[in-house]
Amino acid sequence: MGAQSTGTRTRPPSGSTPPTPPPPADRGRTAGGLAARGAPYLLILPALLATAALLAYPLLRNLLISFQNLNAFQLIQHTTEWTGFGNYTDQLTSSAFWHTAFRSVLFTAANVALIMAGGTLVGLLLNRLGKRMRLLLSLGLILAWAMPFVAGTTVYQWLFDSQYGVVNWGLAKLGWHAMAGYNWFGGQFSTFSVITVMIVWQSVPFVALNLYAGLTTISAELFEAARMDGATAWRTFRSVTFPILRPFFLSTTFLEIIWVFKAFTQVYALNAGGPAGSTETLPVYAFIEGVGNQHYGVGAAISTLTILILLALMSYYFRIILKQEDDL
Amino acid sequence: MRRSLLGRVWPNAVAVLLFVFFVFPVYWMATTAFKPDIDIISRTPDFVPLHGTLAHFDKAVHASGFWTLVRNSFTVTLGAVLLSLAIALLASFALARMRFRGRKAFVLVVMVAQMAPWEVMTISVYMIVRDQDQLNSLLPLTLFYMMMVLPFTIWTLRGFIAAVPKELEESALVDGCTRVQAFGRVVFPLLAPGLMATSLFGFITAWNEFPLVLILNKQSGQTLPLWLTQFQTNFGDDWGATMAASTLFTVPVVIVFLILQRKAVGGLTAGAVKG
Repeated sequence: MGAQSTGTRTRPPSGSTPPTPPPPADRGRTAGGLAARGAPYLLILPALLATAALLAYPLLRNLLISFQNLNAFQLIQHTTEWTGFGNYTDQLTSSAFWHTAFRSVLFTAANVALIMAGGTLVGLLLNRLGKRMRLLLSLGLILAWAMPFVAGTTVYQWLFDSQYGVVNWGLAKLGWHAMAGYNWFGGQFSTFSVITVMIVWQSVPFVALNLYAGLTTISAELFEAARMDGATAWRTFRSVTFPILRPFFLSTTFLEIIWVFKAFTQVYALNAGGPAGSTETLPVYAFIEGVGNQHYGVGAAISTLTILILLALMSYYFRIILKQEDDL
Repeated sequence: MRRSLLGRVWPNAVAVLLFVFFVFPVYWMATTAFKPDIDIISRTPDFVPLHGTLAHFDKAVHASGFWTLVRNSFTVTLGAVLLSLAIALLASFALARMRFRGRKAFVLVVMVAQMAPWEVMTISVYMIVRDQDQLNSLLPLTLFYMMMVLPFTIWTLRGFIAAVPKELEESALVDGCTRVQAFGRVVFPLLAPGLMATSLFGFITAWNEFPLVLILNKQSGQTLPLWLTQFQTNFGDDWGATMAASTLFTVPVVIVFLILQRKAVGGLTAGAVKG
């Protein structure tokens, strides 16, 4: 979801003004206070209705399905069989679920660490470059950012193709001859490697460009002072840049954790969780169990468990965001 | 400012390497799409294609149902964006300009909704759409895509409306406009860059959506992302045609991104700085 949430949120709010009440002229003018008082509710009503019907209801429905024994048979017969916590106890006592959960956490940790480290380094580099080189690198970042996930996946499949892929050719050329004809999608680790390279490639631009935008708000005098004191680049980052942009780093890290943890398109479209389900993360596992194997109740239970993990992550994220935005 | 030659050279060298890393997949997609098969299926890759061909694009465009898919994608995307703009314009005006009980709660709903885990909600959405007998149709896709982009639209538009000086609106009221007229004649025209930026982001999200269409529209009413992921399976290892299809799919998004960069970024930041 790289393109979805932009930098609008991550910048430290400058002189945030609290929203002011409508001009007094308005209150006197419109017939009666009642209509004026009702107006905001009328205005937000469509949005509320849409959210209730298209978001809250599916969430509730997901919860209900997770308590049902709903397979292909029940689906066709239109019968409802309640199983209580059956689906949950099955999942929580199955090794497949815990393996997948553990794999998801590891996968997320590795990706987010690489994205944040890479994004930070690229962002700092952008700040140091001359105007022309900065424009060039920004252009590259924006192109990678703009690339749709689905198109990115087909391109990475082609780049890493075993026979004619340019990556295997390059690795063999560099002296790693065993890589000629290597099948990247035949093993767990190699498939995850390709997915990781792709997700890092897609996600670094968001972090780097936003960090650069944040860096330009720091006054140059601070860096000057640090240099006068003989601070090394690392020391400057630790004592000047990081403390000032701490809210940015915190909120971006959590955003990336949430995005990578629920990443479905990249993992599924690249290799469908294969080989033999060894690269299924929780969202892909829920989909394959629920839709692929037509155990909708089980799939919904896995979804609910995934949503619970995401909710925990999101509550941290919102705590950070709400702290930095008092302009609500 | 004293920096050694090395200190001045390495950032530029690294920048060039990084540029290549980020651009290469895009470059490789586009060039493969134009290369004749002999150059694609070759032991030594051809980095600078000199013999261009349109054969792969021809094949992709003439794949069965291609234009239906294009129409579906545009219908669903434009419908979702326009609907969400209409709904969001009302809500964001209330958020930016009015004080009311429950305002904070509504902001929180919007923020939580923006993080909705759609990727793991597909099963229940499937059941709901199936109950309504609407599988393989474009209406549910349009509605759910609308909901996906709605929170972001509300949130950004709120910033843009807040950025329009209130004095302008007040003077319109003093001059005898009603609240609605003041909005229509003063605020709305000033919102143009904001509306554009917001709708373009909505466009990208809806255009790229994959998990929901994967489960809802297996038989018909498919969109381009679904087609693209199945392309390789359907056409065998025809990388030229696959890359041509990917390029065709990517072009509208890149155009939108470039418009965003050139025209709307000023508006976007102007709206964003105000919060």
